[in-house]
Amino acid sequence: MNDMRIVRKDVDMNDTKISAKGVQVYYGDTHAIKDVDVEIKDKTVTAFIGPSGCGKSTFLRCLNRMNDTIDICRVEGKIELDGEDIYDKRVDPVQLRAKVGMVFQKPNPFPKSIYDNIAYGPRIHGLAKNKADLDEIVEKSLRRGAIWDEVKDRLHAPGTGLSGGQQQRLCIARAVATEPEVLLMDEPCSALDPIATLQVEELIDELRENFSVVIVTHSMQQAARVSQKTAFFHLGNLVEYGDTEQIFTNPKDERTESYITGRIG
Amino acid sequence: MPVLWLFILVLALGLIGFVLGRARALKDAQGDIRLLHSLPSYYGSNVLLATLIPGFAVLVLWLIVQPMVIHGQVAGMIPERGLSDYGSLNLAMSDVRRVAEGLDIAVEQGALSAEQARDIRTEFTDIRGRLGEVGVALGSNVQPYVLQAAQKYRAMNATGHWLMSAAVIAAAIAGFAIAYMRTGKDMRARNSVERVILILLLSAASIAILTTIGIVLSLIFNTIEFFKLYPATDFFFGTTWSPSFGGGSELGILPLFWGTFYVSIIALIVAVPIGLFAAVYLSEYAGPKVRAIAKPLLEVLAGIPTIVYGLFALLTVGPLLMSIFGQDGGLGWMQGGRSVMTAGLVMGVMLIPFVSSLSDDIINAVPQAMRDGSLGLGATKSETVKQVVLPAALPGIVGAILLAASRAIGETMIVVLGAGAAAKLDLNPFEAMTTVTTRIVSQLTGDADFSSPEALVAFALGMTLFVITLALNIFALYIVRKYREQYD
Amino acid sequence: MSDFTADNGPTNGTAKTSLFTQTARTKRRNAAETRFKVYGIGAIALGLFFLVALLFSIVANGIPAFKQTFVTIPVELTEAKLDKNGNRDPADLAKVTTFGYKPLVTSALIVALKEQGIEIPFAKEKDVEDILSSSVAAQVRDTVLANPDLIGQTVDFRLLASSRVDGYFKGRVTRESLVRDKNLDAEHLDVADAMVDAGLMKTSFNPAFIFGSDASESRPEQAGIGVSMIGSFFMMIVVLFLALPIGVAASIYLEEFAPQNKWTDLIEVNISNLAAVPSIVFGILGLAVFIQFAHLPQSAPLVGGLVLTLMTLPTIIISTRASLKAVPPSIRDAALGVGASKMQSVFHHVLPLAMPGILTGTIIGLAQALGETAPLLLIGMVGFIASNMPDGITAGFLSPNSAMPAQIYEWAKRADPAYYERAWGGIIILLVFLMTMNIIAVILRRRFERRW
Repeated sequence: MNDMRIVRKDVDMNDTKISAKGVQVYYGDTHAIKDVDVEIKDKTVTAFIGPSGCGKSTFLRCLNRMNDTIDICRVEGKIELDGEDIYDKRVDPVQLRAKVGMVFQKPNPFPKSIYDNIAYGPRIHGLAKNKADLDEIVEKSLRRGAIWDEVKDRLHAPGTGLSGGQQQRLCIARAVATEPEVLLMDEPCSALDPIATLQVEELIDELRENFSVVIVTHSMQQAARVSQKTAFFHLGNLVEYGDTEQIFTNPKDERTESYITGRIG
Repeated sequence: MPVLWLFILVLALGLIGFVLGRARALKDAQGDIRLLHSLPSYYGSNVLLATLIPGFAVLVLWLIVQPMVIHGQVAGMIPERGLSDYGSLNLAMSDVRRVAEGLDIAVEQGALSAEQARDIRTEFTDIRGRLGEVGVALGSNVQPYVLQAAQKYRAMNATGHWLMSAAVIAAAIAGFAIAYMRTGKDMRARNSVERVILILLLSAASIAILTTIGIVLSLIFNTIEFFKLYPATDFFFGTTWSPSFGGGSELGILPLFWGTFYVSIIALIVAVPIGLFAAVYLSEYAGPKVRAIAKPLLEVLAGIPTIVYGLFALLTVGPLLMSIFGQDGGLGWMQGGRSVMTAGLVMGVMLIPFVSSLSDDIINAVPQAMRDGSLGLGATKSETVKQVVLPAALPGIVGAILLAASRAIGETMIVVLGAGAAAKLDLNPFEAMTTVTTRIVSQLTGDADFSSPEALVAFALGMTLFVITLALNIFALYIVRKYREQYD
Repeated sequence: MSDFTADNGPTNGTAKTSLFTQTARTKRRNAAETRFKVYGIGAIALGLFFLVALLFSIVANGIPAFKQTFVTIPVELTEAKLDKNGNRDPADLAKVTTFGYKPLVTSALIVALKEQGIEIPFAKEKDVEDILSSSVAAQVRDTVLANPDLIGQTVDFRLLASSRVDGYFKGRVTRESLVRDKNLDAEHLDVADAMVDAGLMKTSFNPAFIFGSDASESRPEQAGIGVSMIGSFFMMIVVLFLALPIGVAASIYLEEFAPQNKWTDLIEVNISNLAAVPSIVFGILGLAVFIQFAHLPQSAPLVGGLVLTLMTLPTIIISTRASLKAVPPSIRDAALGVGASKMQSVFHHVLPLAMPGILTGTIIGLAQALGETAPLLLIGMVGFIASNMPDGITAGFLSPNSAMPAQIYEWAKRADPAYYERAWGGIIILLVFLMTMNIIAVILRRRFERRW
C-alpha cells in the first residue's frame, strides 16, 4: 500500500466526478431543491454557499443518498457518479456511500475507542486482510486526518473524550479510512473554535490531492479559503456556479452579489 | 351521633364560618373591597379552613385511636380459656364484635330495650336465639365472657362516641372563633390560606414517605418477631422448606430463591430477545403506520391484569406443555401442568412490552447523528444498529432488563397459579417449583395464627423480596438516569 | 485511487467496480440485513401472536360461561306439603326447608319426562333428579316464599341443569368422562338429549352469571360474579376519592412549589421506588397496618381500596406531574405578570389546563387497580364465598366481600373444572371494564390534547 500523501499527482481538474441534471427534491409538499444542474470536478474542493434553508445541505445529502433515510423525502432528476446514475434501481446505497463518504456538522464519534472509530468503516467493508493491515489503515487514516500525533498514545481511549476539534478531525479520518472517492462535508467547522477550524481547513486542502471534496459552509471566507469551485444556492435554486475567484470577485448574478456583499443572507 | 352526621355538622359550621368571615371582613372595610388586603372570599376561606381542619383532624385521629384503645381494654377481658375456645384472640374478638353489633341491632329493632342489652346474662337468656330473631346469626352459643366483653365493648364505644362528638365540635368551634376574631380588613387572609393549602399539599406529597415507612415497619417488626422464634441462619441458609402448622417446620429460603430465580431467568430468556428485537424493529425499521399499530397492540399485553396471565398459564399453557413434554407427548419430563417452564414462559410474555417499550425509549434517545455517521460510512442499517446504536444504548438496556428482572421476581399471580407449590432444588425446568411470592400468599391466607413462625415467616420472605427488588430498582434507575444524562 | 473488495483484499488496481453490480460482500451484507429485519418482524409477530393466543383462549373458554342449560318444567306446588295449616303464614312457610321441596321438583321432572314419552333408564326413578342442579329446591322455595299465593297451583319453572349436564352440552363432559364420576351417569345424558329434543331443556343466555353471587364449591352452575363486581366497585370508589385528590395535591406540590431540598429529594426517591415495589408487598402492608394494627375488618372493600390507593398513587402522581409539566411556563408567567399569587396561577390556570391529562392518568391508574389481585389475597378477599349482596352503603364498604380478580382466582383454585369456565368468563367481564376505561382515557386524551 503506497502512502498517498507523498505521491504528488498532477491534479486534473477537468475530470467530472459527479454530474447532476435537473435535480428536484421534495420534503412532503415542500419543494426544497428546484431543478439543479451541477458538475463537480475530481480532485477539487467545491463549496456550496448560501443563506440558511437554501437547500445546500439537502443537495449535499442527495449525493450519497443520505436522504433515503428520511421517509418523506423524494428525489427526482439524475445524479451520476463517474457516469453511473446513483438513483438507479440497481444501485445499493451502501456501496455508494462507501465511495461517497460524509462528514457531518456536529462531530459524531461513536461511543467506542479511537481505534475502533477509525476501524469501523474498513471492518464493515472488509478492507483489511488482517490485524496488521487494519493497524496500518488506522494509522494512515489518522495521519491523513492530521490527528495521529495527538492520539497515537491513546488509541484505545474513547473517541468521545476528545475535544471538539479533535473529534471532528477524528470523524474526517474515519470517513477517509474507507477510501472514498468523494468526500462530502456538511458545515464541518460550524461547531468548532477558530483554531480547530483552521486545522480542519488545512486538512481539507490536503485531502484535495486524493479526493473530490464537496463542502457546505456558512462562512463565505471559508469558502474562499478552501475551495476552487463555488456554487451559490438561494431558495432551492442553484443561482451561480463557477470558479471560486470569479464568484467572489465578479459575480454574474445580482443575488450572488447581494449575498457576497452581505445584503441578503 | 353517627360519624356521618358529625362530619356534616363540622362541614356546616365551616360553611357558616365562610359566610360570616367574609361578611366581617367586608363590614370592616365598609363594603369597599379595595380597602381589603385580600379578596373577600379569602377571609371566608380562612375561617372555613380554621374550622374544618381542627374538626376533621380530631375526628380522624379519634376514629383511628378509639378502636385500638377499646380493643386493648376488651381483649383483656377474654380469659385464657377463650384463646383455646376460639383458637386465637383475633377470632374471639371478632365474635365479641359480632355479639355487640347484634345487641345494637336488637336494640334498634326494639327486640331488646337498652337496659336489657346492657344487663342480660347468658345464664338467663338464650342470646343466640334472641339475636337470631333479629337476623344476626352466630356460629355457636355465646360464652359468658364473650357477652361481658361485648357489653363492655358497647359501653366503651358509646362513651367514646359521645366524647368524640364533643371533642370534634369543640375543636371546630375553637378554630372558628379564633379565625373569626382575627378577621379584619388588614388581615393577610390570602397569605394564611395559601400557607395552609401549601401545608396540605406538602402532607399529600409526604404520604409517599409514610407509605414506605409503613412498609418497612410492618415488615421489620414481624420479621424480628419471626427471628425470635426461628433462627435467622436456618432461614437464610436452610435448603428445606416444609412448614407444618403443627410445629417442627423447616423454613429454609434457598429452595424458594431457586424457584424464583429459575422462573425469572426463563421469563427473561423469553422477554429480552423478543422485546429487544421488537423495539429495534419499531424504532429503526418500521414506518409510522406499522409503528402506530404494532406498538399499542404490544402494549395491550402490559395492560392485561396478571390474574389473566395466571389463568392462561394454569389452563392453557400448562396443559399444552403437558401434551408435548408430559407422558402423553412421550417425553415424560413433565409430571403436571404447573412447572417452572409454564410460569416462566407466561411471565416472559407479560414482560415483552415492558422490555420493548423501555428499550424503545432508550434506543430513541441515541442521537440521530450517531446513526448518520455510521450510514454515511456505508454501513447497512443492521450494522449500524448492532455496532453503533446498541452499544451506545447498552447501559440503558441493561437498566431496562434489571427493571424487568425486578418485576419478574416480585410477580405473584402467575407463579401462584402456574409454578406449583413444591419447594425443590431441582434443575429440570418442567418440575413444579415454588417461589418467594407464592409462599407469602400461602402462609398468609387461610386461618393461620399470626404469632406462629409459619405465618410470620411470610414477613421475613416479604422483607427479603422488598430488599432485593428495591436494590435492583435503585441500581437500574441509577444506570438509566446516568445513561440519559449522557445524551441530554 | 484504490478500490477494495473483500475477495481480493486491498489492491491498488485501477479496475473500478460499477455501482450497478453488487460485490459478493455487499450481497452477504444485504443478506445479513434482511435476516436482521426478519428477526425484528418475527419478534413483533411473536408478540402479537401471544396477544392473539391469549385473547383467543379467553374468548373461546369464557363465552360458554355466559350460557347455561336450563330445564323448563311445570311444578305442582302441593299445598299439603308446603303449607300444612293452609294459612299462608310466612313464618310457617319458612319452616319447610329445601328438603320439603326437593321431592316436588323431582316428581315434577318425572311427570314431565313421562308426558313426553321419555324413558327413564334407572331402577329408581328418583335417580333422574341428578340432571337438575342441587340448587333447584332452594330456587323453588325462594319463589314460593316471595309469593305464597302460588301454593296450590302448578307453575312453570326455569330450573338450572346440573353442571355436568351443562358441561355435556358445552363439550366439557363426555360419556367416557362420566365413567368414574359419582355425580352423573351416561344414562342421564341420554335423558338430557331426549329432553332437548322434546323442548324441555335448552341452553340459553344466563344473566345470573353477570349479576348473581358466588356459589358453593359443588354448584358451579349457580355461581355468578355480580357480588364481587360490587366489591370491586366499592374499592374503586375508595381509590378514586383518595388517590385522585392526594395524587393531584402531591403532584402540584412537587411540580410547582417544592423547594430544592433533602425532603423533596426524599419524596421523589420514595415515589419512584414505590412505583416499582411488588404489589404483594402492598398486601403485606395492608395486612399489618390496616388489619393487624388498626383493626379494620378483614376482607372489607374499604381495606382493599386503601391498599390499592397506596399502590396506585405513584402511577397517578407520575402521570399528573407529566401533564403539569406539559403546561408551558409562559402560562404561569402570564398569570404572575398580572399580579396573581403563585397559588392562584396554579389553581386558576395551570390545573385546569392539565386536567384532561390528569384524568387520563387517573383512569389508567384505576384500571390498573381494578385488575390487581395479589394484595387482595393477603387482606382476605378470597377463601370464602361472596354470596350476599351488601345491604346498604356502609355494608358495601365494611362487610366482607370479594373483588372481581380475587373471585376469578378463587374459581381458578377450585377443583371442579366447571369453575374454570366461570373464571374465563369472569376475565371477559373484567377485560370489558378495563377496555372501557382505557378507551375513555384514549378519547379524553384525543379530545383535549393540546399542542403548545
